[in-house]
Amino acid sequence: MGYHCIVCVKQVPDTANITGEAMKADGTVNREALPAVFNPEDLHALEAALRVRDQYGGEVTAVTMGPMGASEVLRECLYRGADRAILVSDRRAAGSDTLATSYILSQAVRKLGDYDFVFCGRQAIDGDTAQVGPQMAEKLGLPQVTYFEEVVDLTDRTVRIRRNVGNGWEVLEAQLPLLVTALDTANEPRPPSAKRVMRYKRARVEAEVSREVASAMPDAAAEQREVELGKRLEHLRMKGLLTEQWNLDDLDADLQWCGISGSPTKVHRIQSIVLTKEGYTEVPPTEEGIRGLVHELIVDHTLG
Amino acid sequence: MIEPNRDGEVWVFAEQEDGSLNDVALELCGKARELADQLGVSTGAVLAGSNARNLADQLIAQGTDRVYHVGHPELEHYRTLPYARVMCRLVTKHRPQIVLFGATPLGRDLAPRVASEMRAGLTADCTGLDIGDYVEPKTKETHRNLLLQIRPAFGGNIIATIINFDRWPQMATVREGVMRLAEGNPKRRGEVIEEQMEFDDLELAVRLIERHREKRLVNLKAARTIVAGGGGVGSKDDFKYIHDLAGAIGGAVGASRAAVDGGLIGKEHQVGQTGTTVRPALYIACGISGAVQHRAGMEESAKIIAINSDPNAPIFSVAHYGIVGDLRKVIPTMIKAIKGRE
Repeated sequence: MGYHCIVCVKQVPDTANITGEAMKADGTVNREALPAVFNPEDLHALEAALRVRDQYGGEVTAVTMGPMGASEVLRECLYRGADRAILVSDRRAAGSDTLATSYILSQAVRKLGDYDFVFCGRQAIDGDTAQVGPQMAEKLGLPQVTYFEEVVDLTDRTVRIRRNVGNGWEVLEAQLPLLVTALDTANEPRPPSAKRVMRYKRARVEAEVSREVASAMPDAAAEQREVELGKRLEHLRMKGLLTEQWNLDDLDADLQWCGISGSPTKVHRIQSIVLTKEGYTEVPPTEEGIRGLVHELIVDHTLG
Repeated sequence: MIEPNRDGEVWVFAEQEDGSLNDVALELCGKARELADQLGVSTGAVLAGSNARNLADQLIAQGTDRVYHVGHPELEHYRTLPYARVMCRLVTKHRPQIVLFGATPLGRDLAPRVASEMRAGLTADCTGLDIGDYVEPKTKETHRNLLLQIRPAFGGNIIATIINFDRWPQMATVREGVMRLAEGNPKRRGEVIEEQMEFDDLELAVRLIERHREKRLVNLKAARTIVAGGGGVGSKDDFKYIHDLAGAIGGAVGASRAAVDGGLIGKEHQVGQTGTTVRPALYIACGISGAVQHRAGMEESAKIIAINSDPNAPIFSVAHYGIVGDLRKVIPTMIKAIKGRE
C-alpha cells in the first residue's frame, strides 16, 4: 500500500546570481546568460515527498513543465530517489501565466490518476508568485496546506501538518488527497545518490534522444534517423531510462485554458532596474567628517 | 470570471487576526480610495470573522464606502476554503472591478485560490498600482482605465507592469508597507452590509488543531531609524557594532539576506524583497553590498547612509551619504559623535 506522492518541480534561471550581462540593453532578461537551476523550494518539496515514501511506503512521481532542457531537473529528481519522472512539454503552453500553468499541471496530475499527496515548492525564484500551488489545488478540488514544514502525523487517510505562517505556526488536519506547498525551512534536501547518478545520468526524454540522433547523423536521410531514433528509444525503454514526455493532447487539455489564450494577465511593460549613480555626498571616514554628518542629521531633525 | 464591469467597486480583502486588522488592509483601503476616485466608483471591503464587525469603522475611516461583513463562527480563525468561499460568493454577487489583498502569508494563500475559482487574473506582490490604458498589440484595440499592476520580477532585476483586460475582477496582492498608511478620518461615513454565508462539509473539512502566534519582537516597519548590517560585517561578534549604533540612535536593527543566511542575525531582521520593506526616516546600511533584492526593500527611505569598504558597492547608488571605510572604525567614531553632540 503506501502513498503516491506527486512532486511538481521547475527549472528556473538562477535569479539570485544575476550579473550585469544577464540583462539586455532593452531591459529584458537574457536567459542564455543565466545558469538554469532546480528551483530551490522544489527540492524541499521533493524531500518531503521522499520522506513520506521512505517512512510509509509508496512511490514518488516528479512532474515538470517546460522546454526539453527542463528534463535536467527530472534527472536530478531521479538521482535523489524519485521513482518516476514526467516532462510536460508543448510549444502551445508557451506564454502561460500562473493560471494557465496550474491548469496544465493539474491536467497532468489528473492523468496520473491515483495519488495521495501533491507537493510543490512554495514559489519559484523567477516569478516569486506562490500562486501555482494553490491554483492547482483549486483546479483539482483538493484542500491545500501552504508553507509546509513537517508531517506531524499520518494515519491512514488523515494527515496532520505543521505550517509556518510567518508570525507563528499552526497544525492543520486534513483528509487525503491533499496539495502541500513546502518552505525551504521544511527539511534538509538529501544530496544525489552516487549510485543513482550512475544509473540515471543516461535517462532521456524523447526530444533529447531525437536531438542526439540529429547531431550524430547530420547527413543521414530522415528515414534513417527515424530508424535510429526508434532503436535508441527502445533501448532506453528496456533499461527503464526513457523518461515520459507528455504534450497537451496527451493531457486532454482544453487549449482555450493553455498558453497565452489561457492567461488573463499580460505583460504591459518591462523596465530593467539600472543602477543609476545619481551621486551621493561622500563623507570622509574621519572623525571630523563623521561629526559633520551627524551634525547635519541633527539639524534637519533626522536624528534626535 | 466576470465580464469587465466599469461600474464595479474597488475592493479590499480586510485581513484581520484575533480582533485586529492587519496594517496592510488599512494601507490598501487608502489606495483603493485613490483608484476608485480616478475611476469614479465606490470602494468596498470584505470583512470576515466570527466577531469582527467592530473593525468596520476603521476601514471606513481609511476610505471605504461599503463594508461587506460576514460573521460566522467557522470564520474565527483563517482557513483557506471557507474564506475562499466568502470571497468567491461576494465577488460573483457584487461584481467588483478590482480586488486587492495584502501579500501576507494569508493573502498569498487565499488570493490564488479565489483567482483560480473565478478564472480571473492575479498579480502577486505588487509594489505599485495605478490606472492607465493598454493597447492590445495584435488588434490595436485600446482598453481604457485598467489597473496597472506593478511588481518586481526575476529576483527584483526587472519591474513589470501587468494588466488584465478581459477576465475580471482585476486581482492583485500588494506588499506590506509599500502603500502609505494615511491618517484615518473617524468622521467619515460608510455603510456596513451584512452578508449571510453557509458552508458545506467539504469546505470545513480541514481542521485547525493547534495554533501559535509569536509577538513581533522586531518591528522594522514602524521604526523611524534603522541600522542594518550585511555580509561585510563578517562575524556575529562584529554584528555588535550594528547593535551599538542602533542603540545609540534609538533605531531598530536590520540586516541583509547575506547576514541572515550567514547566521549573523535572525531572519526577522531581514530587509529586502524576501524580508520586510521599510521606509524609515534614516537607514544606515553597514557592510551591505546592496543587491537589488535588498535595495528594493529600503530605497524609499527618506535618508540613506551607506558605510562600505568597497567604493564600487551598488548600495552607494541609492545612498544620500556614502562613507567608504571599515565599519569597525567608522561606527565607533559615529557613536562618539552622536554621544558628544551639542
